[in-house]
Amino acid sequence: MTSYLIKGAAILGGEPTDLLIEDGRVVLDPSAVERSRDRGDVEVVDASGLIALPGLVDLHTHLREPGREDAETVLTGTQAAAMGGFTAVHAMANTEPVADTAGVVEQVWRLGREGGYCDVYPVGAVTVGLAGERLAELGAMADSAARVRVFSDDGHCVNDAVLMRRALEYVKAFDGVVAQHAQEPRLTENAQMNEGELSGRLGLAGWPAVAEEAVIARDCLLAAHVGSRLHVCHVSTAGSVEIIRQAKASGWNVTAEVCPHHLLLTDELAATYDPIYKVNPPLRTAADTEALRAALADGTIDIVATDHAPHPLEDKDCEWAAAAFGMLGLETALSVVQETMVDPGLLTWAEVAERMSYAPARIGRVADHGQQLEDGGPANVVLYDPSVRRVVDAGESVSLSRNTPYAGMELPGRVVATFLRGKPTVLDGKLA
Amino acid sequence: MKKHLLSAADLTREDAELILATTDEMRSLADRPIKKLPALRGRTVVNLFFEDSTRTRISFEAAAKRLSADVINFSAKGSSLSKGESLKDTALTLEAMGCDAVVCRHGASGAPHRLANSGWVRASVVNAGDGTHEHPTQALLDAFTMWRHLGPRNGGTLDGQRIAIVGDVLHSRVARSNALLLHTLGAEVTLVAPPTLLPVGIESWPVETSYDLDGVLPKADAVMMLRVQRERMNGGFFPTPREYSRRYGLDGRRMAALQDHTIVMHPGPMVRGMEITADVADSDRSVIVEQVSNGVAVRMAVLYLLLGGSEPAVGTTSEPATANEGTDA
Repeated sequence: MTSYLIKGAAILGGEPTDLLIEDGRVVLDPSAVERSRDRGDVEVVDASGLIALPGLVDLHTHLREPGREDAETVLTGTQAAAMGGFTAVHAMANTEPVADTAGVVEQVWRLGREGGYCDVYPVGAVTVGLAGERLAELGAMADSAARVRVFSDDGHCVNDAVLMRRALEYVKAFDGVVAQHAQEPRLTENAQMNEGELSGRLGLAGWPAVAEEAVIARDCLLAAHVGSRLHVCHVSTAGSVEIIRQAKASGWNVTAEVCPHHLLLTDELAATYDPIYKVNPPLRTAADTEALRAALADGTIDIVATDHAPHPLEDKDCEWAAAAFGMLGLETALSVVQETMVDPGLLTWAEVAERMSYAPARIGRVADHGQQLEDGGPANVVLYDPSVRRVVDAGESVSLSRNTPYAGMELPGRVVATFLRGKPTVLDGKLA
Repeated sequence: MKKHLLSAADLTREDAELILATTDEMRSLADRPIKKLPALRGRTVVNLFFEDSTRTRISFEAAAKRLSADVINFSAKGSSLSKGESLKDTALTLEAMGCDAVVCRHGASGAPHRLANSGWVRASVVNAGDGTHEHPTQALLDAFTMWRHLGPRNGGTLDGQRIAIVGDVLHSRVARSNALLLHTLGAEVTLVAPPTLLPVGIESWPVETSYDLDGVLPKADAVMMLRVQRERMNGGFFPTPREYSRRYGLDGRRMAALQDHTIVMHPGPMVRGMEITADVADSDRSVIVEQVSNGVAVRMAVLYLLLGGSEPAVGTTSEPATANEGTDA
């Protein structure tokens, strides 16, 4: 395996440092790094001006395989992940068939291994067929080769309070976590966008904040009652932030994620009626965006997760109500976080590493990722150039789909290289 | 005027007054033995209806034909909402056949907006009702009807006239377009509905709201009753149809509280006995049938103006239209 001498990278934005990537490990020992300069088998990467971060970990990705290989496959989705600086992604369960058995999660896990671009950790469905009626075989998925620890009916809410309680309790046996898509179904029947002044004006059925907040409040109380771990997916409202803040202050075992698009984009975009902006939960108001940024900065929201949701062109090239919910996110996540959090001074690069690598790996109980870049540590590394600005071109995406809401927008930063266990998956900004 | 008519908000006061004045000219045609103008000869207007609406479709059809346009009626029952042909493919088909205006009726809010702004067609797009969003030509014909009745006693404008719009505002494209257009024309709009049938955020609309029909009626210059759709009756928005009628229906007793000049309107189709009783609908105050005939004239004006009409539509041989006082364009 080729070794790489990374010259002058600012680890977590610190002083420029030379580091060696060898045999899947990071080498920082100065004498070993020094010796590598004269070796012929070491490839030198000029990383001056680049920031080195631990490989990013996404707790919320839709890879669509099996079932919707027209939108994304495990291979193309993990390639997009690598291009975005990720070395591990959690693949959501809403595939066809649903990832509710050991067989399906092992298939997805294996496809990730075979591709080699990014480790894939399948998320298991909480209920059979995501139907919200009875628990799937959570233990079988946990014991499978895929070692599932995160369970979610994402796309659907585990709305039945008893079922949610049982799920929270049951996963304690294998240190699992239930990741809830918080959406009260009756309050959001046929909902299209954030409920507010604009939804009334546009005549699009509203998705009220309370439909998210009510479920989060209930789930926090349930998690506290049974002493379980709860993870809240894609928090989108200021009210949800307050509930989670209170739960954490009470010492309850609750974690939460925010999506890049909810940090940057607002519901005003729905006025175009262009369903590229249609997503679930919906884009909210500027005040919500502000609250989410503040919550990510102060740790109330633990992590950034992409909710990367590829859809084929025809599912977006239509009238709003007929369009699918969801947007791409893997390739632009770090840029959006730089734009919304780092450049305004809300997060340091070290804190970005916490929120996009260490913490998601902890929540997902992923041992091999989310490690510090230290001597002898696993060489899951991303090199990122924060100094460039680029106009996002949907056509350049390596995802099979093109539904990025950032097309035509200028965003900062670019992933220059990604290493997975010492092997480059991206070099010079291109798939390796 | 803009190239498309998608929302009543697209119209400035000058635009709206030009349309009303042009409508008045068009209306005068109805009294002639030959009701046809050559204005749009050689132009093609497509009525693209994804939703059944015979009255709106034939109104646009009559309007286009009286302007000598070629009319193609396209009933696309299976929209992409029901996994039929996609809006895009339908649009590309129309574009390939060549058309100058697309009149679009669709069950999804914003569908005409997509048609106009997606680059699929080059034609002008007229929104003939989209989901629960807007129905701008209905608002124009309503405003024209009000203007004809209320304008002569109000200096030829609707400035300061009090218009009550009563019923299911939440799901009504007619209410949205009327609120916007009537505000543009200077009228004072009050939306009257049970709280469950008013949209969130209505405080920011340029209107008053009330839950009390009896409190609003004595001051109104025009009362427009909205249809209560059957599916709402079981939707839990109000307890029973009878209770709705008692609280928000217009019956003979309530009609007696109106000022002498106040007109009663309804965009149709009516549910007699629900939001309006038969004696009110058929009373002298009712201008509901006139709304329909004005609909043709309004749509003639809209098509004529959107398709580039800058000359007087009726030509110099006709007697001067009475409506030129409403316009300064």
